[in-house]
Amino acid sequence: MALTPTINDIPGDQRRDSFRDHLAQDGLYPLTANGIEILQLNITRKCNLSCRHCHAGGTPESSLHMKEKVIDKCFEIAGYPGIETIDLTGGAPELHPSFMNIVERFHSLGKRLLVRSNLVILLEEPFQHLPDFMARHNVEIVASLPDIHGARTDRQRGSGVFQKILEGIRTLNEIGYGKQNSGLILDLVHNPAGAYLPGSQEALESEYRRVLSRDYGLAFNKLFCLTNCPVGRYLDYLEQSGNYALYMKALKSAFNPSAARNAMCRITLSVDPEGNLHDCDFNQMLNMGIGGNRVSVFDFDYEQLASRSIQIRDHCFACTAGAGSSCQGVTV
Amino acid sequence: MVKTMSDNYYDPEDLEDFPNIGEDAPELGAAFFNYYQKATEGGALSEREKSLIALAVATVRHCPYCIDAYTNKCLSLGVADDEMMEAVHVGAAMSAGDTLAHATQMRKILKKKGM
Repeated sequence: MALTPTINDIPGDQRRDSFRDHLAQDGLYPLTANGIEILQLNITRKCNLSCRHCHAGGTPESSLHMKEKVIDKCFEIAGYPGIETIDLTGGAPELHPSFMNIVERFHSLGKRLLVRSNLVILLEEPFQHLPDFMARHNVEIVASLPDIHGARTDRQRGSGVFQKILEGIRTLNEIGYGKQNSGLILDLVHNPAGAYLPGSQEALESEYRRVLSRDYGLAFNKLFCLTNCPVGRYLDYLEQSGNYALYMKALKSAFNPSAARNAMCRITLSVDPEGNLHDCDFNQMLNMGIGGNRVSVFDFDYEQLASRSIQIRDHCFACTAGAGSSCQGVTV
Repeated sequence: MVKTMSDNYYDPEDLEDFPNIGEDAPELGAAFFNYYQKATEGGALSEREKSLIALAVATVRHCPYCIDAYTNKCLSLGVADDEMMEAVHVGAAMSAGDTLAHATQMRKILKKKGM
């Protein structure tokens, strides 16, 4: 429950200086989809961690998993030629009871298959076989390491998590993940551990590589910089710490129309565990359906969805600040 | 929209007016901002190293705007808390050092004037 009314409580088109206003000033309103290249499936809300920045509200207590008939339909949708990437997220996707079956099925399509892992889960019983399993199915692993300094990562993700993530990276490196020419991709994700915007992705990647290599002997492929989106637990943090207004101001000041043109939602379709469609994972958490309606995978119409109008509110400023932000890092 | 002037000499919102300081002297303003940009972007020193220098200078110069800006910039660039604190200590040590180094002037005069 929000302590005070926030910008997100008021529809974006009823305020001045809204995200809609910013788009309109650059001739970008309405923002429309430009195909569907990424099918992002939030297959479970269950997670072994309870991170303070989590917009998805993942918890160990959740039992909300994507049902088999929804997965069947998603598998059918993923076969569309325009869809190039299947992106499995959660929660911790590994905690879906049929995770291995899901990976095997989507791998059979021969498309790019991503799993967003917190890595800590890969050290726990009975999941320790999953690194080898994912390597055999050529899964690209995208792992959150919010900060290269342990104390900051632990403040965000929980005490001791930093060292466990390093152990997870080491386990993956040992089978080739993150190593040059191995063909096994391990990308890391940086997001600020507080109420500030990320710096240059290039500079941060260089710093991550320097510290991980020098201090821990670890390797990775790329670093994706994400701007924290003011929804979910991160929004709670901003309000409770008195940072909300300044953070929104910083996002708005950094609005970049080029980042809006390249916004991830324009080429993504997000599916929640119950099979409902959304423009992105953030809209999913705000229960903002496609076109403002409840549209499910069973209503899937590629042509309509590939040119749909994107539902926007002011949380969208997070994806258009500076060099842009997406599930795959900067966009400009 | 005209804003009400703050009662405080220093206010975070003051920074919003900083880009406008060139209004009454456009060429000088543009020259300054161009120089500022070039001096603080990555070159032989990285943007990270320059941000730590700027943070140390900001604390020595007691500029709350710059301390705010460069603490945030250091955070954004992944600089650790202890690295920032060490940079501030360099500034503090330099401040103490240049004060004490001027004691040599005092000592020189004392030696000259003493019997």
